Amino acid sequence: MDWEALRLSLRLAALTTLALLALGLPLAYWLAFTRRRWKFLVEAVVGLPLVLPPTVLGFYLLVAMGSRSPLGKTWTALTGHPLAFSFEGLLAASILYSLPFTVQPFAAAFAAVDRGLIEASWCLGVSRVRTFLRVVVPLSWAGLLTGMVLSFAHTLGEFGVVLMVGGDLPGRTRTVSIAVFDQVQALDYAAAGRTALLLLGVSFTVLALVYGLRRAQRKPWTLI
Amino acid sequence: MDPHLTCAAERRFPGGMRVEARFRIPEPGFSVTVLFGPSGSGKTTALRLLAGLERPDAGHIACGGTVWADAGRGRHLPPQARNLGFLSQAYDLFPHLSLAANLAYGLGGLPAGARRDRVAELVALLGLDGLEDRQPAQLSGGQRQRAALGRALAPRPALLLLDEPLSALDRPTQLRLRRDLRDLLRRLDVPTVLVTHDRAEALQLGDRLVVMDGGRVCQEGPIQPVFDRPTDPAVARILGVETVVLGGVVEVSGGLATVAVGEARLQAPDPGSLGLRAYVCIRGEDVLVERGEPGPSTARNRLAARIVSLQPEGPLVRLTLDAGFPLESVVTRQACADLDLAEGEAVTALLKASAIHLIPHD
Repeated sequence: MDWEALRLSLRLAALTTLALLALGLPLAYWLAFTRRRWKFLVEAVVGLPLVLPPTVLGFYLLVAMGSRSPLGKTWTALTGHPLAFSFEGLLAASILYSLPFTVQPFAAAFAAVDRGLIEASWCLGVSRVRTFLRVVVPLSWAGLLTGMVLSFAHTLGEFGVVLMVGGDLPGRTRTVSIAVFDQVQALDYAAAGRTALLLLGVSFTVLALVYGLRRAQRKPWTLI
Repeated sequence: MDPHLTCAAERRFPGGMRVEARFRIPEPGFSVTVLFGPSGSGKTTALRLLAGLERPDAGHIACGGTVWADAGRGRHLPPQARNLGFLSQAYDLFPHLSLAANLAYGLGGLPAGARRDRVAELVALLGLDGLEDRQPAQLSGGQRQRAALGRALAPRPALLLLDEPLSALDRPTQLRLRRDLRDLLRRLDVPTVLVTHDRAEALQLGDRLVVMDGGRVCQEGPIQPVFDRPTDPAVARILGVETVVLGGVVEVSGGLATVAVGEARLQAPDPGSLGLRAYVCIRGEDVLVERGEPGPSTARNRLAARIVSLQPEGPLVRLTLDAGFPLESVVTRQACADLDLAEGEAVTALLKASAIHLIPHD
């Protein structure tokens, strides 16, 4: 059993989810409420990872992070090691690849909040940010939870982008889905079976927990 | 002195719809300004411009010496900075918060103790005792309306904006709350702008009338002059063809109310909840005109009147009578000729009590 790969996968999924929470909340809020005409272009860009083959996305990311690209050069100058084939590079790729899985449920949940409630809050003198925390978030928590779980599970299971950007370096970029692939390549079907079963178990448990929680607590959550 | 509120703002919507809100509230303190007109006339947009929820494309809005919006200078005060209370048609109580938490929602600037006191005060004022811990879904329509009103009033706004505040309620509740609402607003001494398409509601709740049609203000002013002298046919059509005149309630007994209008005493069915004064509404079609001494009749109201003017309208003639108050009557051209009616003639106007519609006002 490749515990190291599992640990790496869980760490990657957790960090990706956190980063997407920070990035996805404002982006989804903007998408849900803006009246700008070019909003559809942003929506299309956010949705790209849903339809692009992971290899295509991975290829572009690889080129962008390469040692000859401005980003790659800056990163190497700052940290002393290249971005491509590193955990940080893998994290950046994961964030981009899971973006629609976070932002789309977030935006749908925000758009479902009655606009009148938000305006009522503004007219009561409550700022936009506090209105977001006191009205929008409590009324859309189910969608927020869905978006976070989807990005976590999706990161756990991603393969193509990880292979392209991360390579297959044990302890740094070898995630559990890559480990399964390696074990099959090595014709070690027993090990592959154990790893696959573990991933299946983890994924199912996470999803079951979330859906069970949503069922038990239909009432909105109050943060503040 | 500048009026308390000046609104001269225009909002243009994609698709060509334009709303030009141009009216004012002369003085601070209690008064209800009614934005009145058919649906689609721009009333709600006008209210949203005042609230800061819509940004004017042209013009300006000022209240209490502060410029709220000035399109020319790109100035737009957000709703948060306007110190107003806004009550939408749907009430928009926060479904995840209890009644008490809804009332306290806009009181974030107060210390916890003062907040609790204010909530208790509002609960008592609005008769919501014992319901503090209920969620909005567990309240009746009337309770929700009062809760939403209380939430809007909690931070002591300098201007209250009400969008069809009673339209979501059933008819009996509407009638009961109309009277309560005006009493409450008077006690709180807060200037109010109220949107409605219901004429009776406008008459009962309002002091000033702003008549809107097709996205613009046709006429504004105190209610009685606006009803007496509509400036154009559109206003007359929106207001209806009736005589509307304010009278003093003299007596209520046996289901009939007696109302004094000038020298005249009129009997009409008691609509309930009559106070000191009431608007008397009479349709021109219901006013009979006789010459000379009236014979026996079941009509409860006989008024000595003088014909002020005759206006032919197709097969009909509109008579404007002076019966101590202006009274309109619509008769056929034939009847007019048979009776030989002319300007300045003395006549008797006959009115069945059931043809007089009273709307309580104060």
